[in-house]
Amino acid sequence: MGAQVRNRLIVWVALMALLALTVALTFAPLGGFRLAASLAIATAKAALIYWVFMDLRTADGLTRIAALCALALLAILVLLAVIDAAVRVSGG
Amino acid sequence: MSTAAERLEPFDLRSQKRRADRFGMFVFLASEIMLFGPLFVAMAVYRVLHPQAAAETARHLNLWLGAANTALLLTSSLLVALAVLAGQNGRRRVVAACLLTAALLGVAFLVVKGVEYQAEYVEGLMPKIGPPSPIAGRAPTLFMSLYFVSTALHAVHVTVGALLLAGTGVGAWSRRLPLPKRAMTVEVVGLYWHLVDVIWVFLFPLLYLAR
Repeated sequence: MGAQVRNRLIVWVALMALLALTVALTFAPLGGFRLAASLAIATAKAALIYWVFMDLRTADGLTRIAALCALALLAILVLLAVIDAAVRVSGG
Repeated sequence: MSTAAERLEPFDLRSQKRRADRFGMFVFLASEIMLFGPLFVAMAVYRVLHPQAAAETARHLNLWLGAANTALLLTSSLLVALAVLAGQNGRRRVVAACLLTAALLGVAFLVVKGVEYQAEYVEGLMPKIGPPSPIAGRAPTLFMSLYFVSTALHAVHVTVGALLLAGTGVGAWSRRLPLPKRAMTVEVVGLYWHLVDVIWVFLFPLLYLAR
């Protein structure tokens, strides 16, 4: 079994462990931190898929930028929209 | 000049062509991310405006079926990632087996999703249609609308992806897709499937785990 195959299998095990963790956290009394925790786990899962399954690990800089720019722009859009809504809700 | 050499134009090297193909595919995937983007923005703003309604309505969704579907997609992604490696090594039978199994897992995902939709219809969770609803008010209805629109849009992508996987798998099996010469086809189809998986990875916590 080649090293690349082994890497992919290890990533799959990690992905399943993260899935189990995020489901388990649903029953933990975390309050407001639960959303942050589940999104952090989702981001970790996506990073593993991008880095190993989609081979960004071995990709050149331009490909990495193309792969990540939409995610980065969407993150900025979500952040600004959330700040806007939160300020309005708090009676600003 | 052989056909393979002609097909390489305007590139000098196979590695150049592979880089350009992958770059183009990632740009296309960026447009897919932007297609789902507004739904994610809407969910984020919804959470800020109606935190209580989000938590209460999300409890009506089936957490375990959602988790099972996540596992199905993650496993199918592994198979696709293995198929890409096998394609580069010209092992067409492994490619076919991995891709066809991944496509079957995609179909299984759609079946589970259908079971969920059916249960939600019976429970009256579909906005405006079906039996009387246990959820009342604009905010819970809006949550269910976001759920149905985003999961249905995702299901369309799973359908397209499963067809692409199956087609590529059959091609590899029947040698219509010569490997490793056309390994890039397996890789590009794989990238699409991984993105469909990543989108679900974010939909799952935002919808099912919002409770």
